[in-house]
Amino acid sequence: MSDNILEIKDLVVHYITDEGVVEAVNGLNMTLKRGETLGLVGETGAGKTTTALSILRLVPNPPGKIISGEIHFDGENLLELSEEEMRSIRGNKISMIFQDPMTSLNPVMTVGEQIAEGIEIHQGLSTDEAMEKAHEMLELVGIPRERAIDYPHQFSGGMKQRVVIAIALACNPSLLIADEPTTALDVTIQAQVLELMRNLREEFNTAMILITHDLGIVAETCDKVAVMYAGEVIEYATLEQLFENPKHPYTIGLFGSIPSLEHDVERLKPIKGLMPDPTNLPSGCPFHPRCSHAQDICKERKPIVTNIEEGHMVKCLIYEGVMEAKEVL
Amino acid sequence: MSSSVTTEKDTNLKSQAGKKRSQWGEVWRRLKKNHMAMIGLIIMIILILLAVFANQIADYEEVAIKQNTANRLQGPSRENWLGTDNFGRDIFARIIHGGRISLMVGVVAVGIAVLIGGTLGAIAGFYGGRVDNLIMRAMDIFLAIPSILLAIAIVTALGANLFNLMLAIGISSIPGYARIVRASVLTVKDQEFIEAARAIGASDFRIITKHIIPNALAPVIVQGTLGVATAILSTAGLSFIGLGVPKPRPEWGSMLSDGRTYLWEASHITTFPGLAIVITILALNLLGDGLRDALDPRLKQ
Amino acid sequence: MAESILKVKGIKKYFSTPKGMLHAVDGVDFEMEKGETLGLVGESGCGKSTIGRVILRLLEPTEGEIYFEDKNISQLNKKEMIKLRRDMQIIFQDPFSSLNPRLSVSEIIAEPLIIHNIVKKKNSELEKEVLRLMDLVGLAKRLVNAYPHELDGGRRQRIGIARALALRPKFIVADEPVSALDVSIQAQILNLLQDLQEELGLTYLFITHDLSVVKHISDNIAVMYLGKLVEKAPADELFRNSLHPYTQALLSAIPVPSIKSKRERIILKGEITSPIDPKPGCRFAARCNYAMDRCFKEDPELTEVGNNHHVACFLVEEKANN
Repeated sequence: MSDNILEIKDLVVHYITDEGVVEAVNGLNMTLKRGETLGLVGETGAGKTTTALSILRLVPNPPGKIISGEIHFDGENLLELSEEEMRSIRGNKISMIFQDPMTSLNPVMTVGEQIAEGIEIHQGLSTDEAMEKAHEMLELVGIPRERAIDYPHQFSGGMKQRVVIAIALACNPSLLIADEPTTALDVTIQAQVLELMRNLREEFNTAMILITHDLGIVAETCDKVAVMYAGEVIEYATLEQLFENPKHPYTIGLFGSIPSLEHDVERLKPIKGLMPDPTNLPSGCPFHPRCSHAQDICKERKPIVTNIEEGHMVKCLIYEGVMEAKEVL
Repeated sequence: MSSSVTTEKDTNLKSQAGKKRSQWGEVWRRLKKNHMAMIGLIIMIILILLAVFANQIADYEEVAIKQNTANRLQGPSRENWLGTDNFGRDIFARIIHGGRISLMVGVVAVGIAVLIGGTLGAIAGFYGGRVDNLIMRAMDIFLAIPSILLAIAIVTALGANLFNLMLAIGISSIPGYARIVRASVLTVKDQEFIEAARAIGASDFRIITKHIIPNALAPVIVQGTLGVATAILSTAGLSFIGLGVPKPRPEWGSMLSDGRTYLWEASHITTFPGLAIVITILALNLLGDGLRDALDPRLKQ
Repeated sequence: MAESILKVKGIKKYFSTPKGMLHAVDGVDFEMEKGETLGLVGESGCGKSTIGRVILRLLEPTEGEIYFEDKNISQLNKKEMIKLRRDMQIIFQDPFSSLNPRLSVSEIIAEPLIIHNIVKKKNSELEKEVLRLMDLVGLAKRLVNAYPHELDGGRRQRIGIARALALRPKFIVADEPVSALDVSIQAQILNLLQDLQEELGLTYLFITHDLSVVKHISDNIAVMYLGKLVEKAPADELFRNSLHPYTQALLSAIPVPSIKSKRERIILKGEITSPIDPKPGCRFAARCNYAMDRCFKEDPELTEVGNNHHVACFLVEEKANN
C-alpha cells in the first residue's frame, strides 16, 4: 500500500462564465503522505479553494468544470467515482472545514445534531448512539458535553470553529482539508484552535491540507508547503526547505512582503503589479509580468518542474538552466 | 512619486479596452441575455408605440366612438380587424386607445406612488427613530385598507374621471413603495461609503440624494415595473364595475364589462380586450422579473 | 519638542442594547504628536474601531473630550465640524463597501473638493487636481472613468486614500486599511502610506489587529482590551518588554513565519467576557493567569512605568513599587 494518501496529477479546472473562461487550476500536481500536513499557500485567485473543492468534487457545476487530471485518494481515482460513491467519502474519509464559522453551521439545528448527522449517515449508528459519540467529540474539542443541545448562535466564533472541527473529525477521516480555518478568528483564539487541530491530528494521524495565506501559520503547523500562483504549484518543498531556501521569485517576494517581527526594515519589498486575471492569464510563465528577474524568454516559454533537491521542486526558467538570474536570489 | 508605488501595466482592467462600463451598462448587458425579459421589453415597446400613435392608426372620434348600429356585433373582418362591439365600434381601435389610457394611468399612478411613497420611505429610513415610527405607522394604517377598496372610495368621493382614477390608484399604492424604499435605504445606509461621505463633510441632503437614493433604486425599479401591471389591472377592475373611465371612452376593463351580455353570441367583444390585458401584464411581469435578476448584484459572482 | 496634535480625555462610548448597556469604549486617554504614527491594536470587540470614529465624531462620544490642535472639538456644531473635516480624515477597512458603486473614480475623489468648494465644479482645475491625487497614490490616469467594481482591492484602497487626501488633512485615522488585502498588495499599500506620511507630514492613528503590521509602521503602540487601554509604549519597547499579561499573551499568539523561533505560547483561559454591563474590576481579570483579589474589585489605571511605557495592571504596579 502506497505511503501517499493523496496524489493529484495535472488537474485542470475551469469556470465557464459570461465574462470568459476562468482558468482556476492549470495543471496542478501534488502529493500528500498519510498523517502529513501540507500547507497550500497563495493569494486570492491562486486556485487553492478550487483545488480543495475539486478533491471533494464539490466544484459548483455550472459554471465550474473539471476539465482533466486525476485525483488519487487511497488508491482510487476520485474523478471516476459515481456521485453516490463520493457521498460516502465526504465527511467520512475526507472532511473539509471552511473559513467562516458563522455560515458553516446550520442555525436551526443544535450542534449535537450537526455532529451526529455525519456519524449517523456514515457509520450506521442509531440516533442515540450517534448522539453519544457527538457528545464525546464535543469534549474532544474542548467544549463541555452539556452544550450539545445549544444552537450555533449561542457560541462565540472560536467555539463555533471547534464545533466545525468536531463535525469534520467525527468519522475519523484520513484526510482533512482546512480552508483558511482561522482567518476569521482573533489572534488569541486562533492560537487555541491551531493548537487543538495539532493535537487532534497527532491523536488520529489525520493527513491535512491547510489552505492559508499566512506564512506564520504554515511555519507552525505544516510539514510540507506548496505555493500556488495562477492555478499552478510553482514551488513545492518541505517546511525547512521553503523557509531556509526559497527558490521561486514569487515565494521570495511573499517573504519580502511580510513585515517581520524579528528585524525592522524601512520599507517592505512588495511584489510589483497585481494578481493575474484568470480569464486572461499571461503567456509563458504566469508570474513574468511581476517578476523582477523576468526576461524575454519568460514570456514565451512555460517553465516545467525542476528538482532542486529531494523534496524541493520549483517551476522557474532560472533553475532550468535556461537563463541567468539578474541578481542573487 | 517614490518608486515603491506601482503604476501598473496589467491586463486586468476592462476599461483598458476603452469601454466605460458603468453599473447601468452592466445591468443592460445582463438584461439583454435574458430572452424572456427581452420579449417582454419588445412587447412593451410595441404597445407604447401603438399607444403613442393611436390617433394616427385609428382616429378617435371616427372609429372608436362613433356608433354604427348597422355594423354591430360583427366578427373579425378586413375592415374591422378584431370585429365590432355592440355599438358597431371598431374593437381594434378601441383597444389601441384603451391601451393608451391603461398605460397612462399605470405610469402616472406608479409615478405618484413612487414619488410620494419613496420620499416618505427615504426620510423614514434615513432618520429612523420617531420620524420613522410616525411615517411607517401611518403607512400601516393605509395598508390595512385593501387598496382596491381605497381606490374605490377615492373615486367615489372625487368623481369618476381619468385624473381621479390615476390619483386613486396612485395613492393606494403609496404605502407599498414607502416600505420598499425604506428597506432599501436601511440597507444602503449601513454601507461604509455612506460613513465615508459623512467623513468628507457631505450634508444630509447630499448623502440622501447622491449616495443613498441612486443605490436604493433597484428594488423600486423592479416593483415599479410590476406596479404598472397592477395599476392596469386595477384600472380595468374599477372600470369593469363602472367606477373607472367614464363611457364612451374605451378602456379595457369597461370593454370587458360591456361584453358580458354578449358572451355567447359575440365572445370576441370580451376576448380581445381580455387578451390585451393578459399580454400587457405578462410582458410587464417578464420585464420586471428580468430587471430583478439583472439588478441583483449577487449574480455578479 | 513636537507639538501635540490630538488629545483624547476620558472617552466613553456606550451603546444601549436590549441586553443592557454595551461599553464599547470605557474611559480612554492618550495624546498624539504631529507626524506620529500611533498603532492601536486589539482583538475584535476591544473598541479600537469605535474610538477611531469617535475621534472624528462620526460617532458621538457618550462622555469625554477630544482636543485637536489644542482646541476642544467635542462640542462643535455641525457646520464647524464640516470645516474641521478638512483636517481630519479616515481610511476605511473594506475597499468594497467604502466606495459608492455608482460613482466613477474621479467622481469619488472629486467629491470632497466639490463639497468644500475648493475647486469649482466642471473646471479643468478640478480635473487637474483629481489627476494629481491619483498620481500621488499610484493610480494610472486611464482609470479616471473606471468604476470601483471593475478594480481589485488594492486599487480600490488607493482610491479611498486619494479621497482622504483630497482635502490635505493633517490627521488620518486608518481603520485596518490593509486587512482586507492580499499580502503582496498589503505591502504596496503600507509603503504608500509611509511615503505619503513623509511627503505630506501626516499623523496616523493606525488601527489594526495585525501585530506584525503595527510593529512595522508605528512609532508608538497602544493595546486595547474590552474598551480600555491596557498598555502603551514605543513600538520596539512594547515588543521587547511587554508588561501587561494580555499584551504578553497577544504577542505570544502571533504565528511567526520562521522555523527558528520556538516561542512559549501563553494560552489564555476561556473567552472574552461580555462588554455589556461589565462587572467592576479589571476587565481582563477573568482570563488572567496572575489575577489577584484586588483585580476583581478595582479598575487599574494607566500609569507610566518609565521609558514612555504605560501599563494598567496591579501586578505591574506592585512589582514597580517593590
